[in-house]
This record gives sequence, C-alpha cells and structure tokens, in this order.
Amino acid sequence: MSIFVNRDTRLVVQGITGRDGSFHSKQMLAYGTQVVAGVTPGKGGQTFEGTVPVFNTVADAVAATRANASVIYVPAAFAASAIFEAVDAGIPLVVCITEGVPVLDMTKVLPFVHERGARLIGPNCPGLISPGQSKVGIIPGNICQAGKIGVVSRSGTLTYEIIHQLSTNGLGQSTCVGIGGDPLIGTNFIHCLEAFERDPETRAVVMIGEIGGTDEQQAAAFVQSGMKKPVVGFIAGQTAPPGRRMGHAGAIISGSSGTAAEKMEAFARAGIAVMKRPADVVPLLRERL
Amino acid sequence: MNLHEYQARDLLKRYGIPVPDASVADTADQAGAIAQHLGGKVVVKAQVHAGGRGKAGGVKLAATADEARAHAAKILGMTIKGLTVHKVLVALATDITSESYVGIIVDRSSQRPVLMVSAAGGIDIEEVAAKTPEKIQRLPIDPRYGLLDHQALGLGFALYKDIAQARAAADVMKKLAVAFYAVGASLAEINPLVTTSAGQVLALDAKIVVDDNELDRRPEIAVLRDASAEDPSEVQARAAGLTFIKLEGSVGCCVNGAGLAMATMDLVKYYGGEPANFLDIGGSSNPQKVVSALRIITADRSVKAILFNIFGGITRGDDVANGIVQATKEFPLKVPIVIRLTGTNEAQGVKILTAAGFSALTDMDDAVKQAVARAKGRAA
Repeated sequence: MSIFVNRDTRLVVQGITGRDGSFHSKQMLAYGTQVVAGVTPGKGGQTFEGTVPVFNTVADAVAATRANASVIYVPAAFAASAIFEAVDAGIPLVVCITEGVPVLDMTKVLPFVHERGARLIGPNCPGLISPGQSKVGIIPGNICQAGKIGVVSRSGTLTYEIIHQLSTNGLGQSTCVGIGGDPLIGTNFIHCLEAFERDPETRAVVMIGEIGGTDEQQAAAFVQSGMKKPVVGFIAGQTAPPGRRMGHAGAIISGSSGTAAEKMEAFARAGIAVMKRPADVVPLLRERL
Repeated sequence: MNLHEYQARDLLKRYGIPVPDASVADTADQAGAIAQHLGGKVVVKAQVHAGGRGKAGGVKLAATADEARAHAAKILGMTIKGLTVHKVLVALATDITSESYVGIIVDRSSQRPVLMVSAAGGIDIEEVAAKTPEKIQRLPIDPRYGLLDHQALGLGFALYKDIAQARAAADVMKKLAVAFYAVGASLAEINPLVTTSAGQVLALDAKIVVDDNELDRRPEIAVLRDASAEDPSEVQARAAGLTFIKLEGSVGCCVNGAGLAMATMDLVKYYGGEPANFLDIGGSSNPQKVVSALRIITADRSVKAILFNIFGGITRGDDVANGIVQATKEFPLKVPIVIRLTGTNEAQGVKILTAAGFSALTDMDDAVKQAVARAKGRAA
C-alpha cells in the first residue's frame, strides 16, 4: 500500500515536450510509472519517446487515456492555468513541480481545487514516489526503497538526504511526499499525516519541516490528537536570520513567529521525536518501531 | 522585494488613495526646493528599508525650507539599522486628529489575502498586535469577488463614527485591495491612516512588499528595486541566478536546494562552527553557476573554509565538479575546501575532482565536521 499514488496511477504530463518535462518523463517511464499521456498545446497527435501520445488539452488526454493524475512542468507564468485545466478536466490528483508561481495566483487556484474536490500537491515541490510502484515528479528513484516508512517534507534535496539515510540503513518507504516550499500549497502536513495514519502499510512517519508559517505547529497538534503511529520530525533553518527569505518563498521568519525553535518545541510537546540533525532519523525510528 | 515609502505611496496614489503632497530628494538642496514648492510646514523622512526610522532620528519636522534643507543634510548619509540613507521624502505636514492602521497580507491558513484594520494605528501597531490582538479586525478577502462594499464599510465604521470618514476609509480599503493584486504584493500597509482637523482621511505612510515571483511579469514594478539597499554580494548572486544570504560566520556554504542549505548551516552550528552564508545553487546547476558561487564565497574575507554539500537530483555531480575545477583555474582558492558529493552522476563528479587533486566525501556529517575543523585552523 501507499498514499496518493500507486500501481494504478495513470499519469498525464503537462509540458511533456519542454526541457524539464521531457527529461523527467523519461525518468518516470524508466522507473515504471504508467505515463499514459502528455499535453503540449499545438503538439497534439505527436508521440513522446515512441510510446506516449501527446494531446493539445488535458480534457482530450483524459477522454482518450482515462488518466487519473497529472504532473505539471510548465513555466511559472503558466502554472496556475495548467492547474485550473487539469482540475477542470476532472483529474483528482494534480502535482505541480513548477517553482516560482506567484502567490496571488495560488489564492485563485486553491478555492477552485477545493470546490472540485481535487487534491493538489505543490507547487514548488519535488512530487511524490511510492517506491516500486509509481514515481510522479523528480525524486530520484534510485535512492528510494519500498518499505513501511512514510516521508512528508517541505523540501526537495533535504528530503533526498533523509530518504538516502533511511534506504542505506534498510528502512524502506511506503510513500515519500514533497509538499512544496511555498507559503500557499494544495496539500499540507496534516493531509499527508491523515493519509499515512490510514494506510495499513505505513508503520511510522518522518516529517521534515522548516522555518516560516505555522503548518508544523498545526501538524503537531494533529499528531497529538489524531495519530497512533510514531512520528519523527526535523526542522531546517535553526540558524536562519529573521526577516530573510531562505530560498523557499515560504521559509521566512516574521517577528518571533515561524522560528525553528518554536516548531521543535511544538513537536516535542506533541510527542514527536525531534531530530537534531538528519542522521538522527534512523536511530529515532528504530527506537519507535 | 521591499519598496521604499516614496515608491509605495506613489503606487497608492496611482490607485486613487489620498496621500499628502510630497516629493523625493537625494540632496539637501533638492529637499529645500521641494519644501519651498510645497509652501508650508513639511516632514523630512529617511527612505530606508527599516522600521523605527522616527526613533532613530530619521524623521524630522521643518517649518521652513531652510530648516528642511538642514534636516535633509543630517538625515542623508545617516545609518539606520545598518542601512545608509540615500534619499529623503519631503511631504507636506498634516495636522493629525487620529491614527489608524489598514493592511493586507497573504494569510497562509485561510489561503487568502487578509485585510487587517485597527483604530489603534501608528508606530506601536506591532505592540498592539502582540499585546491586544483583539484591537485588530481581520477579514479574509475572497479573490473571486474582491473586497465587497458592505465589508469595507463595516470596517470603515470600526475606525470612524462619522459616515463621511467611514466611507472614505472604506474607499481606501477597496482601493488598497485592488492595488494589492495589481502590483503583486505579499504585504501592503497604510500606517498610519490619519484623519485631519479638516476631516480628511489620508494615507500618511505606506509599506509594500512585492512577491519576487511577480517581478518577471511586472517589469514596471521590478525596476523599483533599490540595489543600493542590499548587500553587494547578494545583488551579484541574484544576477548569477543564485540565492545567497550573507551571515557572520567563517564556514562558506555552497549547497543545492534551500532545505538542504538550511540543514547544512544548522549542522555547521551543531558541530561548533558558524556558517558564513546561505547559498542555494538551485536545481539545474550548470558549471558556471558553481564558478559564480565560489567567486562570491571567496570574496568574503571572513570565510576560513569552504563547504560544498551536493545531493544530486536534477543537479548533476559532474556539473558541480567541473564548476569547482574551472573556478580554481580562474582564481586561486586561498582557504581549504571540503566537498561532499553524492547522488546523480556522483562517480563522474568524483573522478573529475580526483583528477584535479581534490577529494570528495559522501557523508554530510563527515564533510561538515571537516569543514568546521578547517575553518578553525585545525587539520580535519
């Protein structure tokens, strides 16, 4: 088992002929993801890599291939439009990899996504992977290993670091989800924690947060009230200065709010085992499994 | 991107919000001429990206043009919270009868812009927010309908009992909400929004922060960036497509990905060192980016050791290795360098580095420990 994506995920790639889209579509195909369609307006009728049909619109792709998930690699200026299109075509899971999407675009996209009952992951995220089943996005497949640990993170390469620590120590993953580093995102920690709690295969969860906002504090409250499975947590940005945007648009300490210390305290109070450094993930999980 | 007060008030004026007459000056003589032209009592205000300007002596009243010139001469060149003042705003002084606060921020939890209004405006609004948050009314704005008339008027009455003033405030709020989307703001505030003895409602001071992700599609806003208000190394980094923030320590960090970059800084501290910077070379790294990164890090004289922490995903190990080798051909490294390289094309990267006389580690903790030791002048 897994959350959000599995063997039955039938993926349409929006922006499949672009530089990033084509590179990662090849990687997803090589991993075994069912990439059933691509979309690039004006290139409908072409074929990608000799096997994947390309359509002009997501609606055409869904009608022809019964795609049930979408991944978006289009440039930031077109990302909001791509999300609207995927959701409007009835796709229940939309994963937006694109970085640099204006936040005000997301204030318009998110109510639409929620009203249609779709799930958006991202934007500005590495996507997700259920090892051995399906990879949607850009998480390197070779560092993952199928198993029983759920991973949810606001980061990209830091997630790879943690996954790498897990895999090299024999702790495989059920699903790894990168929820994205922007202030407004479609799927938050709590959505993922709820799904991991319900997933019979997942036995423990690793949650990787960072400075900025209060999502981690809310997630901690959820863990305390609604989770039986053990959770191990990490917060990046303990040395970040206030008021500066640390790369991710969402990673900014404003006033005394959003600091790493505040989040780590919230984790500890909620019974989440707090990692001081990435390498702590393995011993902390072992103690709890 | 932060806008200066004079830029923010120009934008508000363009969207129809009433502001006092004013102009910006970068010399004392200009400031005097503006005061002369305005013809009355003026206020001379330092234009820097820092709060607490008044308390730092950067805001002065002047009764005459000569006095305005003298104040400007003192304020220009002054340092406020580490920032040098290059411009002053000279504005017609207003006789104030009340000070309110009106602001909009993008709120993470409601996922909408939220309008915040308080009758307790002025310089102590942050204290009001911390100690008596109930004095600030908050209203999420539905982006599909914008700020509705009755919502704005309701909040107008929260500020003023007088119907004309409540309507004027509601009008300001509606225009601020329109401007917020139009300029791509992540924060826009008027503090204070004042009433005058003549009963007028005026925006006396304004602050706007624009979402950096909006700048590509809003060139008219992007040109408002004041590079002189930023650290030169940060300006240079942005031009090279890097995200760089200067810090005070001695371990220069070069990492791919923002989260890993923060975690690397934290680990430097964990092992007893201090990071000299945050530096994210981004996803699709070409060797040239690595060269630029090294150029910026090595220009910082407090850097005593350089730490690369690369977990290849989109970023390829061979690209990073080529960049390091190329950089050391262009300019010599005067401090030790510790390289951690794993992930995509790791083997090719290590081969390139070894051939050039460098060694590479695969473990993050080992690399950070070594870099900290080297920065302290110890052998690893």
